[in-house]
Amino acid sequence: MKPAPFDYIRASSMDHALATLSTLREDVTVLAGGQSLLPTMNLRLSRPGCILDISGLASLRSISESSHSIHIGALARHIDVLESAVIHAHVPLLRQAMPNVAHAAVRNRGTFGGSIANADPAAEIPACCVALGATVILKNAEGERHVPAEEYFVGLYESVRQPDELLVGVDIPKRPGQRTAFHELALRRGDFAVVGVAAMFSTALRIVIFGCEPFPKLSPVGTHATSLADEESRTRIIEQAVVAMDPLANLHGDADMKREWARVLLRRCLADIAG
Amino acid sequence: MTLSKSLPTGDNETTGIIGRRLPRETARRHVRGAGRFVDDMSLPRMLHAAFLRSPVARGTISSIDLEPARQLPGVVGIFIHSDLAKICAPMDMPQSPGFRFPDEPQHVLAGDRVFWQGQAIAIVVAQSRAVAEDAVEAIGLHIDQHHAIANPEEAIAAGAELVHPDIATNIAMTLQLGPQEPSGRSNPMASIQFTFARHSAIPLETRGVIASYEGGTGGLTIWQSHQMPHQQRDIISRLLGIPEHKVRIVCPDVGGAFGVKLQSYPDELAAIAVSKVLEQPVKYVADRFESFTSDTHARDHRMSANIVVNPGGWVEAFEADNLVALGAYAGYPRGSAGEGVQSVNMIGLPYGIERLKARLRLIYQNKVPVGAIRGVGQPVATTITELLIDKAARAIGEDPVTFRQRNYHAEDSYPLTSAGGLPVERLSSRECLAKLCSLMDYDRLRAEQTTLRTQNKYRGIGVATFAEITAPGPQYYGPLGIRVTSQDGATIRFESSGTFTCVVAATDQGQGTEAGLAQIAAHVLGVSSSDVAIVAGDTAVTHYGGGAWASRGIAICGEATRQAASKLRDSILRHAAMLLQTSPDELTIAAGAVCETTGKQRLSLKELAHHAHFRHDIFPPGYAFELTASAQFTPSMAYFMANGVQGSHVEVDIETGIVTLLGHWVVEDCGTVINPMLVDEQIRGGVLHGIGAALYEDCAYDDNGQMLAATFADYMLPMASEMPDIHVGHVETKTGGSTLGAKGAGEAGAVGAPAAVLCAINDALSVFGTEIDAQPATPAVVMRALLRARCRTRST
Repeated sequence: MKPAPFDYIRASSMDHALATLSTLREDVTVLAGGQSLLPTMNLRLSRPGCILDISGLASLRSISESSHSIHIGALARHIDVLESAVIHAHVPLLRQAMPNVAHAAVRNRGTFGGSIANADPAAEIPACCVALGATVILKNAEGERHVPAEEYFVGLYESVRQPDELLVGVDIPKRPGQRTAFHELALRRGDFAVVGVAAMFSTALRIVIFGCEPFPKLSPVGTHATSLADEESRTRIIEQAVVAMDPLANLHGDADMKREWARVLLRRCLADIAG
Repeated sequence: MTLSKSLPTGDNETTGIIGRRLPRETARRHVRGAGRFVDDMSLPRMLHAAFLRSPVARGTISSIDLEPARQLPGVVGIFIHSDLAKICAPMDMPQSPGFRFPDEPQHVLAGDRVFWQGQAIAIVVAQSRAVAEDAVEAIGLHIDQHHAIANPEEAIAAGAELVHPDIATNIAMTLQLGPQEPSGRSNPMASIQFTFARHSAIPLETRGVIASYEGGTGGLTIWQSHQMPHQQRDIISRLLGIPEHKVRIVCPDVGGAFGVKLQSYPDELAAIAVSKVLEQPVKYVADRFESFTSDTHARDHRMSANIVVNPGGWVEAFEADNLVALGAYAGYPRGSAGEGVQSVNMIGLPYGIERLKARLRLIYQNKVPVGAIRGVGQPVATTITELLIDKAARAIGEDPVTFRQRNYHAEDSYPLTSAGGLPVERLSSRECLAKLCSLMDYDRLRAEQTTLRTQNKYRGIGVATFAEITAPGPQYYGPLGIRVTSQDGATIRFESSGTFTCVVAATDQGQGTEAGLAQIAAHVLGVSSSDVAIVAGDTAVTHYGGGAWASRGIAICGEATRQAASKLRDSILRHAAMLLQTSPDELTIAAGAVCETTGKQRLSLKELAHHAHFRHDIFPPGYAFELTASAQFTPSMAYFMANGVQGSHVEVDIETGIVTLLGHWVVEDCGTVINPMLVDEQIRGGVLHGIGAALYEDCAYDDNGQMLAATFADYMLPMASEMPDIHVGHVETKTGGSTLGAKGAGEAGAVGAPAAVLCAINDALSVFGTEIDAQPATPAVVMRALLRARCRTRST
């Protein structure tokens, strides 16, 4: 369980990091918290020729607030997000989801941006970003672009990030009065979700079912506030969401079982939101 | 505490420390991070080994190209079957009645055929483990993959492909117990079909060995993470053709073993053989991925069983048919029959039944061999028994505790022979159950369960009675010709400062056996246990002994230690009597000093030791100084049978199938309790293993024998956040098989916990008229049970 040989570059500045990415492109893999990358390297499931360690880029660790949005830097640790007063005040969904992200030891090192860049289908943070309508900020030597989270993830561990781009942070719109809910089914506390649901309701209901499909996407259930109150319309929303699922079977359950679990979790989320 | 009173005269009744809660010194060392495990050690010129392992479960090796790997800088040697076959003999099994072994025994490296995914094919030794792993990747291996025999039902079907074609069947052994003609008297009251997934034991420290062969002397020294240094010396000496007395096995700190480390493994033997070839130290420490695909596994049973109950509510009989999938080979050197045999012959053991009828079939398949892991088949027998007992109680509408209390063996029936043919000295099942019910507040939990059901909360209470074979005697392996001793020994030395060094044949893998032995010696010698140093785990200095297996350390080596300490105490008192001009009968030892029987201190052990070591001038000429005493002990009984009852309280989320553990209780009877702290923690550790088996752990394979759960992301271990508080109580029924009266406690937790948890889940589900059919009882298993009930409701 030793990684295959690799080169190591520690980024000394943002410019250095972007220049390295634009030169080496596919040959380089970015290391942030290392909580997913390093185990897969030790198992030789991933074997990057070169590691670009960006953990020294202090400016990427900040969590800040502007008039319309919250910015979370790519290197903010999970623990930073969990303990942030700004997040508590404006992004309740992350506060609800974060205790489900692994265990304290992993949350102390793993990074918010790393989880998005890794695009694990069973991870909580990508699902929350889609549910929240967040924007992913990608930077290369030429400049930066902003991608809506729901367009960012495109496949199993796949995103629209180009090899020369660095994920530098995420913007999450402020939505006063939003109501959110998060439930997941995991065999043990801290495990990746077998099935999970992240939901946010402000002007419209945004639901993401994750953990059992290749990447998190928005369920096609747009609705208005009034219709959440009665159980009949909630059931209609749930069935719309479940019908749209295409779950993958794995050790923990077949597709039908996962639909059934999603139905239960959706019911719980909508009940939470309806209050 | 009345324990010390039953010990023979010569032991100290007022200051005795047997039965006291004493913390152990080794725990402090480990907490400080000062443990010294195999992988912490390094020798000059030491090389590191890594293995090329079969990527497929069944296949024929068509070619293997080592050249690219040999070219890598740092690679010292690469060896395949043909290289090592000359150095290390194959792992030829002793005969075992009724067990079919393949004609071609297992070699340490695969020949032209591979039998499971993970089987070692080539060993690379290099200057570092990382280089060795690079070289493993560079080997060009071509295997013609064949369809693997991975499904047990498929393996016994007519025309099945064969794991070992030379024995013309995949059935390794068939065993019938009890009357085979139909009794025709009574119909079963309840029946079940239950599947037990494969799991392993997952010690914190993986398997590891450093072998150092010296060409000059022809001596071989091995540091190994193992339970049984003497067994290993015997095997390694024979397979490598090195005289036994020139082989030394040292077991340093061992971070958990649980039966995983009681076998000889082909990869470890290969690393040792390479050290002999190169005359250089070689280290091999399995990484976790290797552990999952090469450590012994356990369970893998498919059992159908039923219970016969007469109209008066008395259990008459159990019937069972069990199919156990072993893997590609039997574990070496003990075979793998125990996992099967004990899964059927212990069914119904605590109950006064008339008949046990069973059929057992053990089969080969293309998976890692099944060996002897904590409980060895007994957790399965216990689970089957207790699920059926509960189901029968439900069928007649009786509380499961009441049903059990009536059906235990009559108190005046002991000693007895069980329906499965096993001698039983005495079980304290009734007393344990009564104590458990009070400990867990059974009646209150039942009342609460009823109330909560009206709020759609579904809680379950499970109670499981178990019996456990501990400290097996010479009949266990002796008649089979398997060279595993049932004996242990101890030597205690009176040191010049008045303290003691005690060299024991038992070994300690973290459970605290050494601390328990020190406490026994100190009790007899009238000193504090911190005045007794224990030396263990080194064939160069300890008695030949069985090491750790089947919960025997305290029961067997404890008795040997007690006897040695008692002899040494007699010697010390004789020396003291000589100095004090009195009779040894007038003296005793207490609080580190020789005293008169009235309690008056006469001479400290420190002073006595000074005289006994340095003032021979004041003793009569020719006086015999005996400052060391030894004893060896082999139980004459078949085993010491421990027993107990466990209780589990769970809540089942009937929408998701998630089971939450609310509490766990154990009342166990391991005879004399030496140190309740040690026993309690052994019980708790065993319960955790049992909960893992019941709810989480599954060595899942696909239909072609590929292991799907070979990392901790996929193999679910029970974690602290899921575990309930585990409350432990004791009943002490001493065995008559030793003066000490202690039975084993190491497996009790694992033997009874799965049954308690699974019975609790069924209890919660009983309002829906459904039950689970497999362990681990994952959310999917529980949901399947609930969906079956829903389907039935819809169709009626």
